[in-house]
Amino acid sequence: MSQQESLYEKLGGEAAVNAAVDIFYRKVLSDNRISSFFEGVDMEKQAAKQKSFLTMAFGGPHNYSGLDMRRGHAHLVERGLNDSHVDAVIEDLGATLRELNVSEELIAQVAAIAESKRNDVLGR
Amino acid sequence: MVNIRYAKDNFELAENQSVLDCLTGRGVPVPFSCRSGVCQTCLMRATGGTPPESSQNGLKDTLKLQNYFLACICHPTADLEVAMPNDDDVQAVIPATVKSLKLLNSEIMHVVLECHAPIDYRAGQFINLFQNQSIGRSYSLASVPHEDDHLHLHVRRLPQGRVSGWIHEELRPGETVEIRGPGGDCFYIPGNAEQGLVLIGTGSGLAPLYGIIRDALSQGHTGPIHLFHGSRDLNGLYLTGELRDLVEQYSNFNYVPCLSGGDVPHGFAAGRADDVAFQQIPNLKNWRMFLCGHPDMVKAAKMKAFMAGASMKDIYADAFNVSQSS
Repeated sequence: MSQQESLYEKLGGEAAVNAAVDIFYRKVLSDNRISSFFEGVDMEKQAAKQKSFLTMAFGGPHNYSGLDMRRGHAHLVERGLNDSHVDAVIEDLGATLRELNVSEELIAQVAAIAESKRNDVLGR
Repeated sequence: MVNIRYAKDNFELAENQSVLDCLTGRGVPVPFSCRSGVCQTCLMRATGGTPPESSQNGLKDTLKLQNYFLACICHPTADLEVAMPNDDDVQAVIPATVKSLKLLNSEIMHVVLECHAPIDYRAGQFINLFQNQSIGRSYSLASVPHEDDHLHLHVRRLPQGRVSGWIHEELRPGETVEIRGPGGDCFYIPGNAEQGLVLIGTGSGLAPLYGIIRDALSQGHTGPIHLFHGSRDLNGLYLTGELRDLVEQYSNFNYVPCLSGGDVPHGFAAGRADDVAFQQIPNLKNWRMFLCGHPDMVKAAKMKAFMAGASMKDIYADAFNVSQSS
């Protein structure tokens, strides 16, 4: 076991994900740049997906492969999902963490993890 | 050695294997995604045995109580009988005698059923009532276990509704029908007794809410309870006397009948029930929400409640979808 605290632990683990998920989902839904992608979806299922995303971005345990990311977003890419939308999500993620008083240093680390999924999400 | 029973097949669980891996490895098509207990895609239900608490992490309390679990993080130490969340066949059909039929208003029938076998339910859940072997419909329970002896349903007569038409026109007290259930996760959970409750219903969406309110009150809920029941006109409202009696009896209960049509007499709020509710309680942070009735209302209200600060885990909803096979 590493003596160093992981990013996930520094952020507060599962409790931090739970604290962030409602705030993040609200930001996404009220963000005109991306809200149309969430129209008509089952909110409960979507909240669980947001939680999976946050767990991953916080450096927590997950089993998503690059292929999973491609498959999971292919229908959105068909509807026009592009870089500007990924930018919006990463911005909303940062704003969520700022609201929870997370340091800029850790926010940058979270953003970097999210950034590393960009090409898979956009299917390229 | 632990066995997993699914649809009459027995699967032996290997060491350190999850229920998901066990089932999918043997060709059972359980949907899954994250495989780490977060996304809830592999939600299943234990119909025999108790799932480990750790496999229910993050699930809504109403699902936990009904032994739902996440297959990907489920490592049981004792045998488990499991089903997919939508498997209808896991519940037995129970005969029930019609005790009484009484119109609550011009289109809603109060149906009282006496079950021939005990049925373990929570106020606000629904049962399926069968006209014959192939046609059944879901109706919410307005009765409260331990308070009411029988099951109470509020059946709205739908235009060309096959089952509702049969209930209104042909069904008679003394006859025996078949039911199956209960189902649904829109019900009151004891605990957090000071939390405010907002209940919004349209039409016969009052049925589950009437059960939930009386359940909460009888279990000693102390926080404010606000009911907004809406209809177009006065004829669509019902149980107004009973609800006003409850207001007299419980100082924490508030009843707001809402009329969205033109003519609004004194004592009624003008507007749709959800609009009136969100006007009166604009900040819903820390409130528990119950939304029942017209699917469009439920969907819109869910979104509005969430955006107004209600937490997703505190929003309980039951949309009354009309069956297409009328």
